Formats: sequence, structure tokens, C-alpha cells
Amino acid sequence: MMTKRFGFLVLMFSFLMSTSMLASDSHSESGELSIKEQIKKDIDHHLKDSHSFHLWGDHDKGTAVGFPLPIILWDGQLHFFSSSEFHHHDNGVVESKGTFFKEYHSKIYITDTEGNINYGEDHFVSNEKPIDFSITKNVFSLILISSLIFWIFSTVAKRYKNDPVPRGMAKIFEPLVIFVRDEIAIPNIGEKHYKKYMNYLLTVFFFIWMVNLFGQTPLGINITGNIAITFALALITFLITTFTANKNYWGHIFWMPGVPYLMRVVLAPIEVLGMFIKPFALLIRLYANISAGHVVIMSIIGLLFVFQNWFARGAFLGLGLFLSVIELLVAFLQAYIFTMLSALYFGSAVEEHHHDDH
Amino acid sequence: MEKLINDFSVGLFFWQTLLFLALLFLLRKYAWKPIMEAVDSREKNIEDSLASAEKARAEMERLQSDNQRILAEARAERDGILKEAREIKEKMISEAKAEASEQASKVIASAKEQINNEKMAAITDLRNQVAEMSIEIAEMVLKRELSDKDKQGAFVKEQLANFKMN
Repeated sequence: MMTKRFGFLVLMFSFLMSTSMLASDSHSESGELSIKEQIKKDIDHHLKDSHSFHLWGDHDKGTAVGFPLPIILWDGQLHFFSSSEFHHHDNGVVESKGTFFKEYHSKIYITDTEGNINYGEDHFVSNEKPIDFSITKNVFSLILISSLIFWIFSTVAKRYKNDPVPRGMAKIFEPLVIFVRDEIAIPNIGEKHYKKYMNYLLTVFFFIWMVNLFGQTPLGINITGNIAITFALALITFLITTFTANKNYWGHIFWMPGVPYLMRVVLAPIEVLGMFIKPFALLIRLYANISAGHVVIMSIIGLLFVFQNWFARGAFLGLGLFLSVIELLVAFLQAYIFTMLSALYFGSAVEEHHHDDH
Repeated sequence: MEKLINDFSVGLFFWQTLLFLALLFLLRKYAWKPIMEAVDSREKNIEDSLASAEKARAEMERLQSDNQRILAEARAERDGILKEAREIKEKMISEAKAEASEQASKVIASAKEQINNEKMAAITDLRNQVAEMSIEIAEMVLKRELSDKDKQGAFVKEQLANFKMN
């Protein structure tokens, strides 16, 4: 127990240390940024995806340690090159198959040979964008975390082959698997139908939880704080709900039983809208919670550098530590909420007919 | 909202969907299926074991009560047998006693009768002998007395007097 707690504290401190390094990191493009601007820039940068994996660096010296990742682009033909090529030329332009690309604010644009970025009237970049299938920092992390999850649970599964008693990793993860089954799936879906949804619920629960936890590590990745990630997850929940729904579910949407006929006509469009709002709420909730958590923690750590007073720094260090612990809870809670609400929607999709009395 | 849509990365969405579905199918085959099966079969096993243990306990209880019943029955039977035996013994004794006393009184009665008979026979015999002896004596006396006429006449007279007195 004691070693576990100690390990946890080490993890927290290393997180604080590493993110503080991130905060002091600079690409020294503009050179003269004030510390507040620098912190804001770093937080923005952290929340966005990146085309290379940055580990640590030094603002003042302009050094950065990390590794490049493969860039895969599609603009009618396939372009494939390493992200390190963006740094080969001073203007940051990469030429591939006659097209010029430039990375600007974590996005890749098609430019002229000089790498000029133009702005439209709405202050957004007006350059054309290729479709970016790059193995970005988030995709790279996703591959790693997915492999880790697969390794963990296939190992757990192997444990049961010869020995029905959960030992080792099975001992740690079995209660969580049973938690998903007994506290999430069965109460929301019901004994009769829950089994066919278990694969998805277990996968989505452990996926979100693990990814959230990795967002807390010193690697400084922010996966579930990306709208594309939460959109993909919510879309799968929506598709499963829609394609496994029974007659009763559609009946409740288009022809609500138990209310006057006029009301049924009024309710139908509201219910149809509700079909889409439910998964939309799922994706926004997860995205907003995790993004907000990352912003708050990075801001608190940023404040350590704004204040020169040691007392204030101590206070913010304590606050940062406290919020990191809260974030660990949020990591689990968001995984639970996403899974629980998905189960609730599946439950409504397969609910049996209960309105004979009306 | 505009910023959110602008931030939406098609590539990230593509990879996430692909990786997540791959993870889902791999886990379904290599993790969730064996894990859930193991957990379910173990839970079933536990339930069955508990049920059979409960059954065995009930069976034990039944056997125990059976044993007790059999024991009680055996005890009652033993008591019955003992009681019966005691009764038989007492009956036998009393019967034997009765028979013995009956026999004894019979023996006594026949002995008494025999004694009586013997006594009567002896008395009769004695009487007869005495009578014979009396007659013989009387004959001898008479023979001697009546040898002369005087004495005969006297005797007759005496006898007649005797009769008269009687």
C-alpha cells in the first residue's frame, strides 16, 4: 500500500515537472514573447494535435527533444514524408510530387514555393488544405494505448484458460469488467439484451479511461480533448443504438404512445432531434471535460512561472497537485459517464413494450 | 462552434474510428469473450456449488432426523421388548406358582384320601379281627361254661337279664 502511494506521488510530481518543462518550452519563432503569452501559446499548442512527438526542451536555448512522425496527405494523390522535413528549410516548406506544403499552427496547408500563408476576410487561413491522414502525435499515442489495452486484456484472458481464479492482472481488471457488467450494462439495458452490447461497452470504457489516464502522464498528450476522437466514439454509440433499435423504440420516436394524437405529431420532430442530440451531448461532454481539465492544470502550472514569490509558487504547486488528483477522478468518471449513457441509449433501443395499458 | 468545426481533424477521426473498431474486434475475440465466459462459468459454478452444498446440508439434516427417528423407534422397540419379556416372565412365574400350588394341593388331597382309605381299611380290618376274636373267645367261653346244665341255665338267665336291662 505504501509503495503504491509513493509511486502515485512520483507520477504526480513527474507530471508537474514535465508539464512545467512544456510551459517553458519555446520554438523561439518570435523570440520576444512575454511569459504570459508564452504560457497561453503552450496551452493552445498542447490542446491541439501535433505532427511530431515533442518530449521536452528549453525555451531559452531553443532546444527541443522529441521524434518526428510520418506525414500522410491526400490531395488527389498520396504524399508521404517525415515531419522532420518541415525543419529542413528555413521557410518550413516541404515539396512532394510537385506540391508545396507548410505546417502552420499544427495544420498543414498547400502553399506556394515561398510558404506564404494568406488570410481570408474572416481571419481564417484561406490556403487550401490537403486531407491529413498523418500519424500525428495523437494517432501515434492511440496506436500505443490501443496496443497496451489489447496486451493487458488478452493477457488477462489467457489467465483464465487454465485457472478460473483471477490472479495477477486478472485480479486488478476483473472487478472493473464486472463493474461495467453489473453497474452499467445490466441496470441500463436489462438482463435479456445486455450481452450483445458488452463488447462495445467494455471496449469504450477501458479505451476512454486509459486514454484519459495517459493524458495525465508527463507525455503531455491530449486525446479525448479532441473533438474528432469524441465524435468518432459518439458516432459509434449512435450507430449501434440506431441499428439495434426495436419497433418499440421507433414507435416512441415517431408515434409516441399514451399521448393525444395531436401531441404525437408535435413530439415526433422533437424526438427525432433527440436521437441526434443525445450522442452529440456525449461527444461534447467528454471533449469539454477533458479539455477543461488540461487547460486548468496547465494554467495552474503556468502560474508557477508567472509568480516569482515562493509562497505563491508553493500554493500553486499544492493546488496543481490537488487538481491533478481531481483529474484522475475525472478520467474515470468521464469513462463511466460515457459508457453509462451509451448503455442507457442501448437500453432505450431494446426496451420491451410497456404501454399496453394506455 | 466555428472554431470547433475548424479544429475538427478528418485524419484523426479516420484513424480513431479505424483503431477503435480494430481494438473492438480484437478485444471481442481475444479478451472479452474468454473473460466473460470464464467469469460467467465461474459464477455459475459458484452458484451451483452453493446450491449443491445447500442440498447436501438439507440431505444431512434429513438423514440426521431419520437417524434420530430410527434411534427413537429402536429405543421404543427395545423398551417394548423388555416390557413384554418382563410381562412374560411375571406371567410364567405366576403361572408356575399357580400350577405348583395346584399340584401340591392335589397331591395333598390324594394323600389325605389315601391315608383316609388306609385308615378306614385298617379300622375295618381291626374291627373284623376283634369281632372274630370276640366270637372265638365267646365260643371258647361258651363251650366251657355250657358243659354242664346248671351253668347253662344260669347263663341263659344271666343273659336274659342282660337283655332285660338293655
